[in-house]
Amino acid sequence: MSFHPNEVQRRARLAAALLTLAFVFLIGSFFRTQVLQHAQYVLQSEENRLREVPLPAPRGVVYDRHGQIIAENLPGYSVSLLAPGVDSLRAALRRLAGTIALSPEQIDQAVRRFRRAPNRPAVIFPDASFDVVSVLEEHRVEFPGLIIQSAPKRYYPNGPAIAAFIGYTGEVNESELGSASFRGYKAGQQVGKDGLEKQYESRLRGREGTRFVEVDARGRVVREAGARQDLQPEAAPPLYTNIDMDLQKYVVELFGDSLIGGVVAMVPKTGEVLALHSAPSFDPNRFIGGIPVEYWRALNDDARRPLYNKAIKGTYAPGSTWKLATAVLGLQSGLVTLDDLMPVACNGGYQYGNRRFKCWDKKGHGRLTLAQAIERSCDVYFYQLGLKIGLSRLVAGGVDLGGRDRTGIDLPSETRAIFPTAPASEYYNRRFGPRGWSNAVSLNLAIGQGENAQTVVNMARFYAALATDGAGAQPEIVRGEVQRKQLFTLTAEQMSGLRKALAGVVQHGTAAASQIQGVMLAGKTGTAQSGRFNGAAELNHAWFVGFAPAENAQIVVAVMLEFGGHGTRAAHIASKIIEHYLKVQTTQVLNTEGE
Amino acid sequence: MSDRRRRIADSTLVALAFLLTLFGLAMVYSAGQTDVPTLVARLYKLQMIWFCVGLGAAYVASRASVRFLDWVATPGYVLACLLLLLLLFVGAGAGTAAGTKSWLAVGGVRLGQPSELAKVAVVLMLAKILAARREAPKSLLDLWKPGLAVFVPWVLIMQQPDLGTGIVFVGIFFAMLFWAGVSWQLLVLVASPVVSLILAFGPGVWGAWFLVLIALVLWYKPYLVEGVVVVLANVVTGVVAPILWDKLNPYQQKRLLVFLDPSTDPRASGYHVIQSQVAIGSGGWLGKGFTLGSQKRLAFLPAQHTDFIFPVVGEELGFLGVTIALSLFLMLLLRSVRIAARSPDPFPSLVAFGLASAWFVHILVNVGMTLNLMPITGIPLPFFSYGGSFMLSCWISVGILVRISAEGRGKADMLVI
Repeated sequence: MSFHPNEVQRRARLAAALLTLAFVFLIGSFFRTQVLQHAQYVLQSEENRLREVPLPAPRGVVYDRHGQIIAENLPGYSVSLLAPGVDSLRAALRRLAGTIALSPEQIDQAVRRFRRAPNRPAVIFPDASFDVVSVLEEHRVEFPGLIIQSAPKRYYPNGPAIAAFIGYTGEVNESELGSASFRGYKAGQQVGKDGLEKQYESRLRGREGTRFVEVDARGRVVREAGARQDLQPEAAPPLYTNIDMDLQKYVVELFGDSLIGGVVAMVPKTGEVLALHSAPSFDPNRFIGGIPVEYWRALNDDARRPLYNKAIKGTYAPGSTWKLATAVLGLQSGLVTLDDLMPVACNGGYQYGNRRFKCWDKKGHGRLTLAQAIERSCDVYFYQLGLKIGLSRLVAGGVDLGGRDRTGIDLPSETRAIFPTAPASEYYNRRFGPRGWSNAVSLNLAIGQGENAQTVVNMARFYAALATDGAGAQPEIVRGEVQRKQLFTLTAEQMSGLRKALAGVVQHGTAAASQIQGVMLAGKTGTAQSGRFNGAAELNHAWFVGFAPAENAQIVVAVMLEFGGHGTRAAHIASKIIEHYLKVQTTQVLNTEGE
Repeated sequence: MSDRRRRIADSTLVALAFLLTLFGLAMVYSAGQTDVPTLVARLYKLQMIWFCVGLGAAYVASRASVRFLDWVATPGYVLACLLLLLLLFVGAGAGTAAGTKSWLAVGGVRLGQPSELAKVAVVLMLAKILAARREAPKSLLDLWKPGLAVFVPWVLIMQQPDLGTGIVFVGIFFAMLFWAGVSWQLLVLVASPVVSLILAFGPGVWGAWFLVLIALVLWYKPYLVEGVVVVLANVVTGVVAPILWDKLNPYQQKRLLVFLDPSTDPRASGYHVIQSQVAIGSGGWLGKGFTLGSQKRLAFLPAQHTDFIFPVVGEELGFLGVTIALSLFLMLLLRSVRIAARSPDPFPSLVAFGLASAWFVHILVNVGMTLNLMPITGIPLPFFSYGGSFMLSCWISVGILVRISAEGRGKADMLVI
C-alpha cells in the first residue's frame, strides 16, 4: 500500500473532515426534530400517553311557557373500561362478569362500542345502578382500566304526557356517526333520538368535558388523575317552549287510556303550540339508556300503535272538516256567495250519472244557502259546489290551501298530507288509468273523502287561517319567530261570514252541543270513512277542528279520534280543551251529523 | 514483548471510551425504569459486569503486541468464519430477532453473538492482506483477495440473516480500501453495482447513473475486461434488482418500505420509527429528565435498552444530551483516526482505521435509524446498547487501539500504565 506519511496525513484529514461532516449532519437532524419540530412531537407523545375519558355534559333543561319543567337531568353513573385491544377487553369483561351480573349481550355490546372508538373507554353500563357502582368501587383494584363516571341521566317528570313531542335520548349509533349532521360526535355519546330532543340536539347537547388518564403502550391505566388538567363539561342553556303543561296534562287526562287519536292545540295568530298529544302514550323515561326489550316489544305489538304519532305522522281522511276548504275555494273564485243556493235541493241524496251519492241525513236538508250548508254539513250542497268549482280547480286550489303540505312544525317526523297533485286529470290518469275514473271524484273531494288524507296538525293550521286572515301560522313548540303562510285570500265579510257559519255549527248546527257559554266557539265536525270495517259497519275517524272565540280567536284545536266514530265525540273533547284553556264553561255538543 | 517494559497508553482515547460507557450504563439503567417493571430493570447490573469483563479484555488486548495481532489475524479469521458457519446449524434467535440465528447457545443458554467478534477478526484479516501489498490496489483484479476476505463472512452473516452486521462489513471494507490508498474512482467502480441496484427502482435515475459510470470508466481506463465487467455488473443489478426485490422476505420489504415512508403502517413496522421520533422530538432542548421519559416509561419505545437506546437519550436529556453523546463519539473517532495516522506501519494503521470505521458505521446506522434517516436494521450503538458480546468487542477494540497508539509516533499526553 502507499504509505508515505504525507499521503496518510492527507487521507487522515479527509477522513476527519468526512466524519465531522457526518456528525454535523446528525446533530443538525436532531436539532430539527428536537427543537424545530418539538411542539408537534410533544403533542404526539401526549396523545400516546393520555386517554380521554369523556365527561358528559348535562343536556339543556326544557321548560313550558310558564316555567314548568318538561325535561331535566338526574345524577347517574356510567361504567366503562379502558382496554388496549379487543382481546384484553373481552378478558377483562369476563373477569368482571365474575363480580357483577353481565350478560353475553352486554359484553358484545361493549366490544362493539370499543371497536367504534378504541381510544375511548368502552361503555359497559351507560346507566349503572347505585348497587352496581358500589360493588365495583369495592373491587376497583382488581380492574385497573375500570372507569366509573358520573353521567347525568335524562328525566321527564311527566313522561307519558309529553311523549308525542319530547322524543328521547340514546347512544349515538353508527349511521348517525357517519352522517354530516353528527360531525364532531364520538361513539358512546347520548344524543336526541326523536321529538324535541332530536330537533334541538345542537342546542340541548352542551359541551362534553374530558378527563385525562395516563396509560402505557399496552393501554393499562397507570395514573387516574392529575395527568393533565381536566376539561369541565359545560351544561347547555335551557330551552323554552310554547307548551302549556297544564293544558297538555289536561288533554292527556281527557284521552285517558281508552281513546286513540291525536290533538294539536295552538294559538291561531302565532302558531305557538299549546298542547300536542298522541294517544295512547308511552313513557319516554323508559327509553333513556337503552329501551328494555320487553317494553319495546309490547309497544310494537300494541294494535293501537302507541309509537305512531297520530298528531303529526298519521294521515286521515278529513271528512266534513274539509268542506270549509271547498267553501273557501268557491268563495275565493267568486262562483258562490255565502247566501247562494244550489240548483238541486237536498232530499237525502244526489243523482250524478247513474250513481246516487247519499247525504249523511237520509231525510234531506231541503234548500240551503252555503252558510246553512256549512252549519248542517249538507253533503248534497257540497257535491254540487264541487261540480261547479270543477275538478281541476278543486285539486289545484286544495294544493294551494296546504292540502299537500307539511306545516313545518319543529318536530323531526312530520308527514306530508296526502292530496292529488295538479293538474288533476294527469294525477287521476296516473292513479287509475285514463278510463279508470270519472268526474265523480270531484263529489268525493268536495266533502273531504277520496284521495285526501290530512295530518291533525295540518288541519289545525288550516283552521288557524280561517280564524285569522287566511294565513296559516307555522306551528312552533319552541319559541321562535312567527312564520305565516297565506293560504287563501277572502274579503273581511267573507271571513266573518264563514266564521259565523262555523259558530252556527256549534250554536245550532252539527256541533250544537259544544257551545261554550259566554264564548263563541267556531268549528266543524268530521266523520271520515277509514276503509276499515267492524263487521258490516265501517269504522269512522272522528274529527273536530275549531277555534274560540269565533272572532279574535285565542286558541285553535284539532282533535282526531282514530276509529272514534262520530265527529261529535271529537267536538266534545275539543270544547273541553278550549274550556279549560279559556277558563269558561261550554254546553254539550249535540249529535247532528250521522246516526 | 517483555512484560517488564512499561507501555504507554492513550489516555484521551481511554477517557472517551470510559465516558461513553458510563453514559451508556446510565441510559441502560434508565431504560429499565418503566412504569410497569420488566426484566430490563435489572439488566444494567449485567451490563456493568460485561463492562468489567470488557475492561479486562481491553487490558489483555493492550498487552498484545502488534506483531502478535499480525500473527493471530489468520487463525482468528478462520475461527470466526467457522463459528459463523456453525451458527447456521445451531444458531438461536433472541428477542425481537427471534427468527434469526445470530446467537451461539449451549443448552439453551445464550453465550454470545460471534458476529460481533467476527468484525474484529475481519478488520485484522483485511489489514493483514492490504498491508502485505507494496502498492495500493489499482485494478479490480488486485481486489480479489481483500474482497474474498470480507465476502465469506458477509455471506455467512447474511444467511442468519443479519442485514445490519452485513452493512457494517461492507462499511469496513470500503473504509479500509480508502485507507490503503485505493483511488476514489476505483472505489466508485467497485461500489457501482450496488448503487445500480438501489437506483434501479427509478429508471430515469438509473439511466443517468449509467452514463456517469461509462464516463468514469472511459476516464479511469481500467483493463478492458474490468471495464466490461463493471458495466455488465451494473446492467445486471439494474435489471435484476426488481426481481431480487420479489425474492426479499416480506418483512424485509416492509422494513425498506417503512424506511421510505414510516406513516404507511404506523401500527406495525412504522410504529418503531414513529415512536422513536416522538420520543426524541418530545425531548426538546433539555429533555424530560433522567429516567422520566414518558415514551420510555410507558413502553411506547421498542427495544429501548438495545437498538433504540438513543431515543431514551433524546427524550430524557434532550438536544443537549444528544449533542454531548454525539460529540463524545466524534472525538473518539477522530482520536482513532489520529492513532491510525500516527502508526508507523501499514498493518496497525489499517487495523486502527478499520476498528474506527466499524464504530462509525454502527453509530451512523443506529442513530440514523432512530430519526428515520436509515432503515431499521437492528444494529446496536457502541458503548450504549445493552449486550455482552458487543461491549466486549468494543473494549477489545479500545485495547487494540491503545496498543497501536503506544507503538505509534509522537508522545504527547501519554500516561504510563
